[in-house]
Amino acid sequence: MGSDDGFIEIVDVTKAFGPADRRVFALGGVTATIRRGEFFTLLGPSGCGKTTLLRLIAGFELPTSGEIRLDGQEIGHLPPFRRPVNTVFQNYALFPHMTVAENIGFGLEMLDKPRAEIASTVARMLALVKMSDLAGRRTDQLSGGQQQRVALARALAPQPKVLLLDEPLSALDLKLRKEMQVELKRIQHETGITFIFVTHDQEEALTMSDRIAVMEKGHILQIGSPTEIYNAPAARFVADFIGDINFIEGEVVSCGDGRAEVRLPSGPLLSAHAGQPVSGRVTLAIRPEKIGLRAAGDGTAQLSGRITNLVYFGSGTNVHVDAGIGADIVARTTTPGVAIGDRVGLDLPFADLSVLAE
Amino acid sequence: MSTPDTHAQADAALRAAIRQREREAFRNRWLLLAPGVGLIACVGLLPLALTMIYSFLEPGTYGGVTWTFSTGAYEQFLFERDLFDETLLTFNPSYVIIFARSIFLALVATVGTLLVGYPTAYFIATRPRESRNLWLFLITLPFWTNLLIRTYAMLLIIRDEGLINAVLMGVGVVEQPVGILYTDFAVFLGLIYSFLPFMVLPVYASLEKLDFRLVEAAYDLYATRWRVLRRVIIPATRPGIVAGCILVFIPGLGAYITPELLGGGKKLMIGNMIALQFGTARNWPFGSAAALILMAMVVLMLVFLMRRGGRQVGHG
Ligand SMILES: Nc1ncnc2c1ncn2[C@@H]1O[C@H](COP(=O)(O)OP(=O)(O)OP(=O)(O)O)[C@@H](O)[C@H]1O
Ligand SMILES: [Mg+2]
Repeated sequence: MGSDDGFIEIVDVTKAFGPADRRVFALGGVTATIRRGEFFTLLGPSGCGKTTLLRLIAGFELPTSGEIRLDGQEIGHLPPFRRPVNTVFQNYALFPHMTVAENIGFGLEMLDKPRAEIASTVARMLALVKMSDLAGRRTDQLSGGQQQRVALARALAPQPKVLLLDEPLSALDLKLRKEMQVELKRIQHETGITFIFVTHDQEEALTMSDRIAVMEKGHILQIGSPTEIYNAPAARFVADFIGDINFIEGEVVSCGDGRAEVRLPSGPLLSAHAGQPVSGRVTLAIRPEKIGLRAAGDGTAQLSGRITNLVYFGSGTNVHVDAGIGADIVARTTTPGVAIGDRVGLDLPFADLSVLAE
Repeated sequence: MSTPDTHAQADAALRAAIRQREREAFRNRWLLLAPGVGLIACVGLLPLALTMIYSFLEPGTYGGVTWTFSTGAYEQFLFERDLFDETLLTFNPSYVIIFARSIFLALVATVGTLLVGYPTAYFIATRPRESRNLWLFLITLPFWTNLLIRTYAMLLIIRDEGLINAVLMGVGVVEQPVGILYTDFAVFLGLIYSFLPFMVLPVYASLEKLDFRLVEAAYDLYATRWRVLRRVIIPATRPGIVAGCILVFIPGLGAYITPELLGGGKKLMIGNMIALQFGTARNWPFGSAAALILMAMVVLMLVFLMRRGGRQVGHG
């Protein structure tokens, strides 16, 4: 038995494609631990290896090296039909020659469950995804959202230990997608099954996940809760990929007690929190909404500059300020009351200004 | 100005334009169809009509026909006229037996080509895209030589002094040559060999269209390899299977060269029997009638298959 803390353990897994002389590593040494019952998201740009990692867990690919353990048991080399893991495919991959109910019952049938049990489980699954009145339909007569629900029910029916979802919502329009996000969370909550969810949409990842693994070029850069990932990005790539962020280059003057004093080339001295001791040239990062904006003139703001642009986006306005550090700094406010050309002061709170590991 | 009047004018103009467009589309369609329709009329329907007419005439003494109406050809298919009393008919099963034998051989050959052809097509469809064309080319390669020559080649291989028996005796499996030539088995082998591409190509076409993610989905849902084949791959490729079976069964039923050469013409098949009527037997009306009966059976079978296949396959 594995502990709750290490339900799925992915240990130094690599995956290479292609012939020996032209090998391409889709995954270059991935290690992660996924907890029982959590909603775990793999987030990253196209081609970073999300699908490959998911297919390794499902069993469609075998790892080049490394181990995958489920509940303490090594499963990395079992065929898909011997793993208690089911997949919701990106294109749904529903069987076109079967009805909705036959699709949902397929897994149970292959497990040689008795007919009565199959029928009752299928009915339960249909109710779970709110498709009871379409049980007899052929799957090519369903809308995208309905197909999505059938695919979900089909994968859940055999009661897998883990459900894998590869960008299941990417084919849906925005409104339906928001709806399905809520539905997915509800279903995950009701069934208690561990979900591993793939997306390249950072907003989707932040709203749905218990924990997120941010991937780039076949590696996991950071694993953490949405707030950790958002507020304390460990790497420049993570900070940049998730939400909007300002980067400020500078030179460390002193460092200690998790606090670094950083001198900007233009002169000002900023205090930022640093997870580990740093020195030399560094990059500081701060989210636009953490920057305080005030009228210039009192001279106490850490940075000051002229407004070059105002971008209104509904729930707020982005104020672009040329503070003489190269790129504009973007601050977010809900009460602008300023105009392009105005001089403003910027406050960068110590707690929200972090030093990035390169 | 937008008055009701100008609206009506615009409406009328639009409708006239649509009618014009429809007329052109209609004409274009018929122009495109004309060569095909013409060809079918000349080499398909006309000979068919002729055959139909001949089947209701009386045989001429030295071949050909004499122009008197008679249903004798059709009666001859089932009955035998008494030598002395022309009005006495007794049931004669020999032609029915020939038909039944032919249907049986064609069916067995169809099943055989399916059993050989399906795995072949699957193999090709799962090769990398670049090498598939090469495999398809190899499959169709025998078509580059004449069927007659290929069948003679087959004859050389399976005859008593042929390759197979030489090997069998050389290895010491048998003392005496195994008689393969001039048996039903030889005909069966020959039919499979000559019709294999007709099975492989349509099955390959539908396998190539198969979404292999469905196969992955089935594996994911605990289906073993055999069950994936039976529950997902075969149902999804049924249109190709039906097409392949039709393409093998129909020409197999009327096959002439293969049973003649490999079966030694000892046991007649429909094709040989019909040829015989136009040749040495000099009974054109009976040959025509037999050909039409064969065709009627094939058409009935096709209608049946289309009906069934159409319902099950629908989406494909
Ligand atoms: N079967 C394969 N053969 C060769 N290379 C492959 C194969 N599958 C994936 N790759 C390569 O591995 C890398 C990772 O691919 P993967 O599909 O895992 O990316 P992804 O993160 O899912 O991207 P996306 O968001 O576009 O789906 C890519 O560079 C891809 O080209
Ligand atoms: Mg992918």
